[in-house]
Amino acid sequence: MEIKDIIKEENKVYSKPELLDNVHMHYCPGCSHGVVHKLIAEVVAEMGITDKTVGVSPVGCAVFAYNYIDVDWIEAAHGRAPAVATAVSRLWEENVVFTYQGDGDMAAIGTAETIHAANRGENIVMVFINNAIYGMTGGQMAPTTLVGQKTSTTPYGRRIDLNGHPLEITDILATLSGTCYVTRQSVHTPGAARKTKAALKKAFENAIAKRGTSVVEVVSTCNSGWKMSPVKANEWMVENMFDKYPLGDLKVE
Amino acid sequence: MAKVKGAVTVNIERCKGCDLCVAACPTATLSLQPNEVNDRGYHYAYMSNADACTGCCSCAWVCPDACIEVYRVKID
Repeated sequence: MEIKDIIKEENKVYSKPELLDNVHMHYCPGCSHGVVHKLIAEVVAEMGITDKTVGVSPVGCAVFAYNYIDVDWIEAAHGRAPAVATAVSRLWEENVVFTYQGDGDMAAIGTAETIHAANRGENIVMVFINNAIYGMTGGQMAPTTLVGQKTSTTPYGRRIDLNGHPLEITDILATLSGTCYVTRQSVHTPGAARKTKAALKKAFENAIAKRGTSVVEVVSTCNSGWKMSPVKANEWMVENMFDKYPLGDLKVE
Repeated sequence: MAKVKGAVTVNIERCKGCDLCVAACPTATLSLQPNEVNDRGYHYAYMSNADACTGCCSCAWVCPDACIEVYRVKID
């Protein structure tokens, strides 16, 4: 059978989700952000909540997320996405609100907003991209940087005596009464991406049913910040990140 | 037994040549262009071994730029 006989509209089994805008994404080649954007676009479209979904984009690489996924967006000040999402979800209760944050945004400058929004049990979804580094500003140490991990501000590796321990913000959020679903996923393989999509769907369902705060952490790569090729970065993540940030559900209610 | 045969198309201008689809492909169908580049200078992905494709979508799932479309047919 010729390739041109296979490539026909009726045989199509996978294509770019419609909600993902047809613009060039500014992310580095191989960045996990693109995969997570794609999964969110698929989940929102499949659930039929495009018209009432509001995203809150962070400060960080994903600040331009509003250019890529065709839903309503608000850009929050650094770390304040959960506070802005709180306002939106309380004022327009029919809306489905999610925040999209990196580790520098959610676990450093926005720790207070993150913890209190989750503790209040706001009916929002928090998508947390954990790549253990400040990607946008040049690969500095983040709260989630692993012990011994080299970054531009820890050139000899993170030291506990000098820099403290990596912050497991997702584990902290799982202990709070306000959260209903806390999970840690990844997108480095097709199987992992499928699981992340299922987790996102569950989180959005919780937000619609007003069950409380859902947190979906995606352990991600920053191949530019880690100074690796995308494929090597995925391997490094599997070897190093998953010990500290094991995948799976931390809380399901 | 019904066999499946697949094919993919790559949105060349969207592709950044990150190599993740090549690594994810279980049948070694995809490669990056050794010489050709797109307008942004990336060696984009293409089907170097088109006969091997089963249309499993692994490449499309891991593609960060959503530039892969997958087609699949059953052959009796």
